[in-house]
Amino acid sequence: MTTTYLAIVKQDCPTCTLIVPALVALAETEALTIYTQDETAFLTPVTNATVTLDETLEVSFNHNIETVPTLIKMNADAETERIIGWSKTEWQTFTGHPDLGADLPDWRPGCGAKNVDPHIKDELTLRFGDSGIRARQIEISDVEDEIEACFSRGWSDGLPVVPPTELRVYRMLQGTERDPAEVLGRMPHNNAPVSIEKVAINAVMAGCKPEYMPVVIAAVEAALEPIYGMQAFMASTWFSAPVVVVNGPITKQIGMNSGFSAFGSGNRANATIGRALNLCIRNIGEVRAGEVSRSTFGNPGRFTWCFAENEDETTWTSLATERGVPIGESAVTVLTGDGVQPLGDEKSRTPESLVLSLSGALKAVYHPKWAVAEDVILGVSPEHSAVFERAGWTKADVRKALEAQLMLPSANMVKGAGGCAEGMEPDYVAANPVVSKFLPGGIHIIRVGSNAGLYTAIIACWPNGGPEGTQPVTKIIRQ
Amino acid sequence: MKLLDPTNETKPTLRPRNARPASLDGLTIGLLDISKSRGNLFLDELEAQFAGRGLTVKRYAKPTYAHPASVPLQQQIATECDLVVEALAD
Repeated sequence: MTTTYLAIVKQDCPTCTLIVPALVALAETEALTIYTQDETAFLTPVTNATVTLDETLEVSFNHNIETVPTLIKMNADAETERIIGWSKTEWQTFTGHPDLGADLPDWRPGCGAKNVDPHIKDELTLRFGDSGIRARQIEISDVEDEIEACFSRGWSDGLPVVPPTELRVYRMLQGTERDPAEVLGRMPHNNAPVSIEKVAINAVMAGCKPEYMPVVIAAVEAALEPIYGMQAFMASTWFSAPVVVVNGPITKQIGMNSGFSAFGSGNRANATIGRALNLCIRNIGEVRAGEVSRSTFGNPGRFTWCFAENEDETTWTSLATERGVPIGESAVTVLTGDGVQPLGDEKSRTPESLVLSLSGALKAVYHPKWAVAEDVILGVSPEHSAVFERAGWTKADVRKALEAQLMLPSANMVKGAGGCAEGMEPDYVAANPVVSKFLPGGIHIIRVGSNAGLYTAIIACWPNGGPEGTQPVTKIIRQ
Repeated sequence: MKLLDPTNETKPTLRPRNARPASLDGLTIGLLDISKSRGNLFLDELEAQFAGRGLTVKRYAKPTYAHPASVPLQQQIATECDLVVEALAD
């Protein structure tokens, strides 16, 4: 077998220019091929070697070069060994030439190879490697604006989307270790498979950073669970939108907002993670207004509704912990939300008083004369949570007190009572003199918002909860 | 430029043209003269034919064929008509 040598260098690297005499000497006795990543001029003295400009960096990419100079020993076109940088003794031993580069310094570090420059690396993978991307490509004409093209193809929620080029999608996929081909589940409306790759395409369009991908994936996975009931509430005439709540260390790692204006707007992670879920539902699930979606009004939350729970300086356990996620893990919980009904109580300083304010407002959810099988989210501000926490009340204590206050005498809620035709059926009222306003355990308490404001956000869930309708789903976030 | 398809890929990549109406009965037809010579002759004939069938016809004109129809004109035609015939008669 004949041993040949392959050297990868670039003129921009001082070590590469320094070792030219060693390359000259090596080429005198060995078959040497040199690929240079930028210029050939500095290699003019190396007359006995084949010198080629690796203009497209294909050779560098295919040999997985990270440092220049790299010297590779080849046997019949197969690499057997390589060394990087310049170490005189190492080069001499590697080549079997004890005098190689005798006049050169003993050691010099190499430089980063051009093909691994951050702005080039991904494009080379797309060009010469396997990106793992399999989605259909849509050719956009030169005269078409790419953002307008996304609008005209119906891919947008009404706001501009980031055009999902292969490069952007590839970079989005770098945000997760999961296989692009992995199927998370099927959209309930049309049975369409939802792959990580399709999620990434929609995450690009939503404006996500790659580091958000694990959260987006967990949100989509959660929303695809049959008990979430997406096929029902997204097709309903009612108002509901997906509500995405994120807990745990990842919220700070990716800069999510749990404080001022946590429900929007202005925070990229909050805005785009929720938007990515909704774009998946729209584009993969084909849920569009007036088609599958029959919602009378829709809901601004159908653009995006995603926030982090405020877990700072509190004795309260987080939503995720209450739902069984180990402390220290990050998790996504998807719920449904019809909108925000604000409750202001700036005078209560005892839990008992604040519970009366909350329960009073909660009686109006859906309709004051109805106790339907539904859940409700309470977005409790830190100042309101402090009223409870100072008295030693946990979330469970608050829930229990509210449930007690919301066991309602049904006589006043029968249809026709008080001159109002709406209300519950007489037979049901007769059989249930006291009714629970919400499903057992259906009051979901989330501490959220800034430190100023004695307010609570009441967010009613789709009014058909439990096993027959919608239930919250929590997923631990995996990389 | 190529974009990756965000949908479930069950529809063709070529967008279909708007479906033509099965019948013109009851529809309002716009006739858009692009102001190129003799286009009006063709549109006059079309108007006579449509009117003869009892159809509602509305006439519109661009000031010049060299530029696209103005946004107000596009909006007017879109809100007043079910379909439009844009004619050229070189």
